[in-house]
Amino acid sequence: MSDLPAYHPPNYNLKVVRQFTIMTVVWGIVGMLVGVLIAAQLAWPAMNFNSEYLHFGRLRPLHTNAVIFAFGGCALMGTSLYIVQLTCQAKLFSARLASFVFWGWQLVIVSAAITLPLGLTTSKEYAELEWPIDILITLVWVAYAIVFFGTIAQRKTRHIYVANWFFAAFIIAVAILHVVNSLAIPVTFTKSYSVYAGTIDAMVQWWYGHNAVGFFLTAGFLGMMYYFVPKQANRPIYSYRLSVVHFWALISIYVWAGPHHLHYTTLPDWVQSLGMAMSLILLAPSWGGMINGIMTLSGAWDKLRTDPILKFLVVSLSFYGMSTFEGPMMAIKSVNSLSHYTDWTIGHVHSGALGWVAMISIGAMYHLIPILWGRKQGQMYSEKLIEMHFWMATIGTVLYIASMWVNGLMQGLMWRAVNSDGTLTYSFVESVEASLPGYIVRFIGGGIFLSGMFVMAYNVWKTTRMPQQLVAEKAS
Amino acid sequence: MNDFIEKNIGVMMLLILFAVSFGGIIEIVPLMNQNVVTEPINGLKPLSPLQLAGRDIYIREGCHVCHSQMIRPLRSEVERYGHYTVAGELVYNHPFLFGSKRTGPDLARVGGLYSDAWHQAHLYDPRAVVPESNMPGFTWLFDTPVDAAVLPAKLRALRTVGVPYTDDNIANAAQGLEDTTEADALIAYLQQLGTLIKDRR
Repeated sequence: MSDLPAYHPPNYNLKVVRQFTIMTVVWGIVGMLVGVLIAAQLAWPAMNFNSEYLHFGRLRPLHTNAVIFAFGGCALMGTSLYIVQLTCQAKLFSARLASFVFWGWQLVIVSAAITLPLGLTTSKEYAELEWPIDILITLVWVAYAIVFFGTIAQRKTRHIYVANWFFAAFIIAVAILHVVNSLAIPVTFTKSYSVYAGTIDAMVQWWYGHNAVGFFLTAGFLGMMYYFVPKQANRPIYSYRLSVVHFWALISIYVWAGPHHLHYTTLPDWVQSLGMAMSLILLAPSWGGMINGIMTLSGAWDKLRTDPILKFLVVSLSFYGMSTFEGPMMAIKSVNSLSHYTDWTIGHVHSGALGWVAMISIGAMYHLIPILWGRKQGQMYSEKLIEMHFWMATIGTVLYIASMWVNGLMQGLMWRAVNSDGTLTYSFVESVEASLPGYIVRFIGGGIFLSGMFVMAYNVWKTTRMPQQLVAEKAS
Repeated sequence: MNDFIEKNIGVMMLLILFAVSFGGIIEIVPLMNQNVVTEPINGLKPLSPLQLAGRDIYIREGCHVCHSQMIRPLRSEVERYGHYTVAGELVYNHPFLFGSKRTGPDLARVGGLYSDAWHQAHLYDPRAVVPESNMPGFTWLFDTPVDAAVLPAKLRALRTVGVPYTDDNIANAAQGLEDTTEADALIAYLQQLGTLIKDRR
């Protein structure tokens, strides 16, 4: 395998990377702020402000779209367009098209932030945006694919680096998923109906929904991992062979796992069983990626004591390992009969979203930002603040997922509890009442995580403003 | 072999496309020809224009974010919510509204369970009826009239994707809804939910 190339010659297109990097931090704060607000709404319904535009039903899709596609999307587009240039030793295919990708994507995000509170939604999870925005997404995505693959086609290296395989799969799969799931018949400019009906619509949606997780939130971020972990640890990837095997296994198995969102529904049993079996198998390639990432630290474990960026990256891999174990377990039908519809699912998602996706992105940003603003690697304004952010992120995540585990198990058990005469023990609203302490702890955990993002924003702002002189002094 | 693939981006793109295609094709396409998910149950009718307007308000307000419409064939669930949901009840549902979370109870068979007056009080201020509830109030539904003008276009669009509305249905879709509020429409939708299968323990 070819080594990672030396640092960038001046003609690389870093402007678009800088833009995406800043917006990653901005949208991260916005998305998580909305998350903390809706967490408060579940604990204290007065926080809905009796407002048409700010209640839970309309803001929850805004939260999910903002963190997945705005925060996660900017992080993925920024890092992929950086990594593809460095590992191919080639300038971005087209600066104009790259600029269109950035501004087009921001337009998608702003459209989402306006239309979702207005109640314009298709109702399909993570695909709520109405058809005109869906068309814009398709255009931006095609431009992104052209820039990415165009750059690979112009590469000076012979081999395509492993990070780019994952980005390639992410770009191709998301394009297919988005187009197929969004097929709809328009009524007006702001309203459409899905072309699929009932159970088939549900299957198409969760084939999409699970693979939004599989390709957007997993394959894409593994691409990020395969560049930044070796770079930050200054070690080569642990096993090239493992990366080949787990890549092809991961992308071909993930697409089968969607039906586990529809256990015990009207979906025919054969599809449920197939989805469950494939979800269990998926544990192996998922852990392949985790092992390859963590073992890359072999011989550099001591760096974990001193390097807070590496802590972010390694803890993110640990959460990735945990949630990709938990996922297959929850895909087992008998476990799912308890966990489905409860807060356990929400906890599981956030162990992936906060623990894995957000932490690896944050680590990557701390690695990237000094370099992008003309400083040496590792020279953020304050390392202490990174350390502080690391602990806030970790404690926030743990509080979040632990409270949701407790709530989820409790809800699942209360809903199925029966008295000796066969009647139900609890009314539904008793489970709502019992969930209140968990909702408060979750609000606190989310609040701590969000506060960490503000610490990051301050640190990033100071880094971009640092006078060059100071950098020179520090470096000498 | 990977040595060859990772030097040829075209080959790699094709192989990725190949690898990610199977799951969807095998799990989705056969469903479209499986009668159990495509045939309506006896007596199933498309929603009336008023009920359809209500369903679109249900979607607009994100009711599905906290309420499922999918009773699983599990003992406690049938005990709590009624007969489990069958696929034939859902064949006119564009989009489906199974939901994925029960912050509130399932609504698949809520039709007829409470009076219209109860629904009005509950939608306006949930805690006036259920003190422990954490549901938002939807006060604006009570002073917003239903947008009747768009209903013929909605029925026409749904007919295009297979819902059996007649020409008469479409022509008369906007009729008689002059004094109807969005709350009325939403309640009309809720009151028919799951009522075709009456079996209840």
